[in-house]
Amino acid sequence: MAGRAGESFDVQEAERIALAEVAHARAFYGEDGAGATPLLPILHALQEAFGYIDPAAQPMIARLLNISQAEVRGVISFYHDFRTEPGACATLKLCMAEACQARGSSRIVDYMKARHDLRLGEDAPDGKLAVEAVYCLGNCALGPAALLGDALIGALDEARVDELVTEARR
Amino acid sequence: MSVRVFMSADAAAASVGADAVARAVSNEAARRGVAIDIVRTGSRGLLWLEPLVEVETAQGRVAYGPVRPGDVASLFDAGFLNGAPHALAHGRVDDLPLFARQRRLTFARVGVCDPLSFNDYLETGGLRGLDRARAMGADAVIEEISASGLRGRGGAGFPAAIKWRTARDAQASRKYVVLNADEGDSGTFADRMVMEGDPFLIIEGIAICAFAIGADRGVIYIRSEYPRAIGVMNEALRIARREKLLSAAFDIEVRVGAGAYVCGEETALLESIEGKRGQVRAKPPLPAVQGLFGKPTIIHNVLTIAAAPTILRDGGAAYASHGMGRSRGSMPFQLAGNVKRGGLYELPFGVTIRELVFDIGGGTASGRPVRAVQVGGPLGAYFPESLFDTPLDYESMAQAGGLLGHGGVVVFDDTVDMAAQARFAFEFCAVESCGKCTPCRIGSTRGVELIDKITAGVEREKNLALADDLLTLMTDASLCALGGLTPMPVGSALKHFPEDFTGRAMRSAAE
Repeated sequence: MAGRAGESFDVQEAERIALAEVAHARAFYGEDGAGATPLLPILHALQEAFGYIDPAAQPMIARLLNISQAEVRGVISFYHDFRTEPGACATLKLCMAEACQARGSSRIVDYMKARHDLRLGEDAPDGKLAVEAVYCLGNCALGPAALLGDALIGALDEARVDELVTEARR
Repeated sequence: MSVRVFMSADAAAASVGADAVARAVSNEAARRGVAIDIVRTGSRGLLWLEPLVEVETAQGRVAYGPVRPGDVASLFDAGFLNGAPHALAHGRVDDLPLFARQRRLTFARVGVCDPLSFNDYLETGGLRGLDRARAMGADAVIEEISASGLRGRGGAGFPAAIKWRTARDAQASRKYVVLNADEGDSGTFADRMVMEGDPFLIIEGIAICAFAIGADRGVIYIRSEYPRAIGVMNEALRIARREKLLSAAFDIEVRVGAGAYVCGEETALLESIEGKRGQVRAKPPLPAVQGLFGKPTIIHNVLTIAAAPTILRDGGAAYASHGMGRSRGSMPFQLAGNVKRGGLYELPFGVTIRELVFDIGGGTASGRPVRAVQVGGPLGAYFPESLFDTPLDYESMAQAGGLLGHGGVVVFDDTVDMAAQARFAFEFCAVESCGKCTPCRIGSTRGVELIDKITAGVEREKNLALADDLLTLMTDASLCALGGLTPMPVGSALKHFPEDFTGRAMRSAAE
């Protein structure tokens, strides 16, 4: 999901977003919708709205769901998707799983490092584009594959990397 | 009357420019004042031909591909709207040998219809399975599933009818049907394609299962890496509510994963829906008895549920007439990695690795010799050329020391370093381990270290013996398939490609 990074995190607005998810879970799951049930949808919605999940929201979420802050923090840290601080404007998720390895994804990693100073899993050197490893984007016949925002990219080669980097750093 | 032009909106097709080609076709038609009607479909699965453009003519749907935006003007010049010859023309898709030999039971509609047209769905036999299920009653539905021989397509191959019977017999205030669309195995994309290409089929399948076991809620858990599939499924659910297929009495929602491979394990997935860390539960109790929120729950892979409408519509016996041995029906095989004609091919069980990789796939994309083929995702075995005549069905794969998994087949050429692949399998397990059991959490990291020592030539014999011990321990003592099956890619690499594990120091000394 594309987050709007860089905006300040508004805990009151976050609470309104969370309450909507709590109401939905109660409506759909009935009594099973109590407790932690809406937690993942809440975290997704907050990251979608603010680009990350500020730790300041954790007490509020724990209170709404009647669970401990440790449980909230535990879930946030378990899942690779959730971020607790603002990240780069854009993140290129590069597939490093077997099928893309077989089509040369490690060559792309080497090229991005040598040509654009971009390293897997590190902060963006210019704050605009970061690259992280993911394992399978479901585009295994047309790799190397990557995901930029919601856009799936196939047959990634050096020229396409140059285009994406130029676009992101503009 | 305007000519109908069909183009895939599937994420894989879009990844190589299908959206741009659709815009180019639309613009070129407008520029020339030609009336056309572009229908965005799922993908036919012939992914190496994407972006594929099909034109409806008197002779049938004529295909052109792969089409780049720059080819569009020449297609119009050649008269492709009448099915005229062109360098990119392939004739009718249905006549292509790679298409004609398939048995498209589950994927019959994918790539053919507009996935979000409820009318198209009804006109092509949609909801007939559900209607027949309701008419025959729940017990007869389970009999029909039993007669079809349908087994879980997620990898374990467990007979679906036994799950349904168990959940039906369980007494509870509420029951759930959960769809596992957390398709994390590298080399697999069939779930994604059917969600993007025929979402009503999935809704109908869940409805049939819910009717049979007496459930009133369904949950589709889709991984966050599949934004298009999430969008299409949500839209299809809105339409299904509008069409009264879903209501307060029986409703389905999409839950989105958050980047954890282990959530593809069924009990970890249930924990995730409950708002917890995706940690595996010990079994028993089985989910069919105590699943989501402790209630009886059927949890199936997308392809298992997607087979149900066809089975109920045409009968279990018709479905069981395909396949071999105890593997009945068809399997959407996904051919991926370094292969010339990668894509999705729905075939009866029993096709061999060689037929799939060479006859259908055409060998490697790089043109180099095929060295290894991994079947069944990151937890599946690597096969050497000597085992390529193994048929792809549950039992034959197990006999050959592998597993069919979710039907993904990944091809590697002779540049692959199998020691690096074995190391990666351990590394992946370490990254994705949920941490609950020790063999997986610690064993995976020790495994990476062992492979490094072996390839560095440090006490090689001793460390190989230690690796063998570790693989046995992980296989026998892990809680779930992640730790329990990581030994499969590692062990098969060690067994079939020992030459890659001789110390690097020794190898360079020998050169």
